[in-house]
Amino acid sequence: MGLPVRRSPLPLSRFKSAMIAYLIRRILYAIPILIGVNLLTFALFFVVNTPDDMARIQLGIKRVTPEAIVKWKAQHGYDKPLLFNARAEGAGKFSDTIFFDKSASMFVFDFGYSDDGRSISREIVTRMGPSLAIALPSFLVGLVVYVSFALLMTLFRATALDIAGVALCVVLMSVSGLFYIIGGQFFVSKLWHWAPISGYGDGGLNTLKFVFLPIVIGVAGGIGSSSRWYRTIFLEEIGKDYVRTARAKGLSEMRVLFRHVLKNAMIPILTGVVVVIPLLFMGSLLTESFFGIPGLGSYTIDAINSQDFSIVRAMVFLGSVLYIVGLILTDVSYTMVDPRVRLQ
Amino acid sequence: MKIVVLWTDAMIFALLAVGFVSAWYIRQRPHLMLPWQRVAKSSVGMVSLLVLSLFLCVGVLDSLHYRAALPAQNKGQTVYSPEVLSAFDHLVDGLRSRTEKTYSAPLAAYLYAKESMETPDGKVVRDYPRLKYGGAHLNDPERELEGDVVQRAVLGALGGLLGSLLLFIAANKALRRTAPSPLQGEGRGEGRSSANTSRALLIATLILAILIGAIANLASVYHVLGTDKVGQDVLYLSLKSIRTGLVIGTVTTLVMLPFALLLGVAAGYFRGWVDDVIQYIYTVLSSIPSVLLIAAAVLMMQVVIEMHADWFETAAARADVRLLCLCLILGVTSWTGLCRLLRGETLKLREMEYIQAAQAFGVSSMRILTRHILPNVMHIVLISVVMDFSALVLAEAVLSYVGVGVDPTTISFGTMINAARLEMGRDPMVWWALASAFSFMLVLVLAANLFADAVRDAFDPRLNRAEA
Repeated sequence: MGLPVRRSPLPLSRFKSAMIAYLIRRILYAIPILIGVNLLTFALFFVVNTPDDMARIQLGIKRVTPEAIVKWKAQHGYDKPLLFNARAEGAGKFSDTIFFDKSASMFVFDFGYSDDGRSISREIVTRMGPSLAIALPSFLVGLVVYVSFALLMTLFRATALDIAGVALCVVLMSVSGLFYIIGGQFFVSKLWHWAPISGYGDGGLNTLKFVFLPIVIGVAGGIGSSSRWYRTIFLEEIGKDYVRTARAKGLSEMRVLFRHVLKNAMIPILTGVVVVIPLLFMGSLLTESFFGIPGLGSYTIDAINSQDFSIVRAMVFLGSVLYIVGLILTDVSYTMVDPRVRLQ
Repeated sequence: MKIVVLWTDAMIFALLAVGFVSAWYIRQRPHLMLPWQRVAKSSVGMVSLLVLSLFLCVGVLDSLHYRAALPAQNKGQTVYSPEVLSAFDHLVDGLRSRTEKTYSAPLAAYLYAKESMETPDGKVVRDYPRLKYGGAHLNDPERELEGDVVQRAVLGALGGLLGSLLLFIAANKALRRTAPSPLQGEGRGEGRSSANTSRALLIATLILAILIGAIANLASVYHVLGTDKVGQDVLYLSLKSIRTGLVIGTVTTLVMLPFALLLGVAAGYFRGWVDDVIQYIYTVLSSIPSVLLIAAAVLMMQVVIEMHADWFETAAARADVRLLCLCLILGVTSWTGLCRLLRGETLKLREMEYIQAAQAFGVSSMRILTRHILPNVMHIVLISVVMDFSALVLAEAVLSYVGVGVDPTTISFGTMINAARLEMGRDPMVWWALASAFSFMLVLVLAANLFADAVRDAFDPRLNRAEA
């Protein structure tokens, strides 16, 4: 045909089947990890703190009769052995236990009920929206801001501007994240009245003014460490041979940076970035509780403060699932940006 | 007086001992000294080290705990006060014991809240009462306060200046006697850079001495950073928080290091099923969002401690065990990153020719690991340890805010911020407690970050150096 055609290293059909086989293997590999996560949280919650103790805490420490404890345990499904049921038959030795009851349902994302009797799954679905409304814009705006700031520093590398930029980054990353939130709320909301201090609105258009401040603070809090990290990546790329070749061809520095360096730096950037995308669903613990946003982060904090273990367990499980999804996505995205990487 | 060694005290002294032994070990070996000499040439690194060592001094003094003997009541049997104090408390006893009634602004002579007072002629007036201690020596604070503050600050600064000059003279004499002056390096460039470093150190010491002198002189009669809700001096609280921050930053590392080192190197070297098992463990641990894992573990620990209140002799011991547990938990959640790095590096190293030669000679795996692999991954360990420190100090504040951090009775940056959080909403606003907690934390973390950078630049073999 004469025209240069960019091809993937494998014919498309083989590429697809390799991808599917890879995904299946990764998902199967995730199951033992999730079982491990469950065992760990289970051990934390039930071995240290037996169902009897839980019943006592829930019913109030004083005036607890043994009958009340037995009743509470039966009601909440804690009247079975923890890990191994010696009295049951066959597979029931393992399946007729608290561990199996409480974990098996998690694998089909049925999280049961919180201590105040509400369905955790429904809460998660309704609270995901507000969490995403903060986390997704913070993530996207942040990425653009950090990469541009880093590119700017790279463009002016080894000048006073670059040194000042790096110094600024180090100072910014040494400031506590709490300060960004408290300071931001104080200056932007209390002093200048640019945005409401906290709240979420009704979910419609007026939510925009509520999410403005958390997003800005979320982006500002990450500038220091992220920009510095991206700058290191860009500087590493800029020392490579292809950059020298591009310059020798007479390309302008801007073109070299944007067309060549940025593209090649995508690979190390992807490692850090793609893995957190699924975790955006979880929201941010701090931001949400400070700004009173009814998302998953504040849900988790409330659960921690009220010691509601079923919610914490559900969130731990959800977090690990999302993390594993993030790892798989990272690998898949590698194959898309770097044709040399093949899935094995 | 009865000496009390809390768990974290023991940890801190163990760490100090390890530090001294390794410093002595490194001094004997020029090839190990080389990167440290590069650190010593960085002005930023040395100045931040100076600041860090000041913090360290406060932290170590604050770790020498004792219980004072109460005036004897039982015959022959001494009774000890339930309150555990430290050498640092003893040193700044005035700061600790001069508590006011409630809030007072920095360097104020009056309380921050109005109170009903009876005047000598029997009338009741609502006004700001004088402080019990802050500026109590003044007759008419309205007129004298400013002049007195300036005078005391200048006098203190002069004292600091004088002290530091004496220190310089003494140090210079000692240096002259033992070694040729550090200003005369061998090469020209080297000489210039070490002269720069000395100059930076000199200036930093002067500034610090002046600052400390002024603050110390003021602190004897004023509350330099004000007082908090229950009238405690904020400067005292901030200084006490340093120890908690240091413990979290260092003991956590001490706890996680053996795991990360052992498992990471073993996974990389032995491969096969060992690698699979270790990888499985760290994937499981790192796939749980760390705040949640910490929260879950801390909640459990709280329940256990509450149920066994009889384990602890004093409230301080209980708070201390809680601090130690927090370090353990943070260590468990944070070792995975280092472990993964070490595994990768060991995978690379084991394919090197000198390792293969050792294997061909029949050197035992144990010996290869300790003699050949371990020394060659130590730079990674060192870099990540220094880098982790600042992250851990910052994490403590966040965790204490979330309610899964240190014991509420432990003085730390996190508990200070948590207590001061609602004061921003007061009118007029109480800003000094928050501001001091944040600025002390900023100085500590900034110094740690800058020092970590200097260490990384000196140890990272990927950075090509002309002299190497």
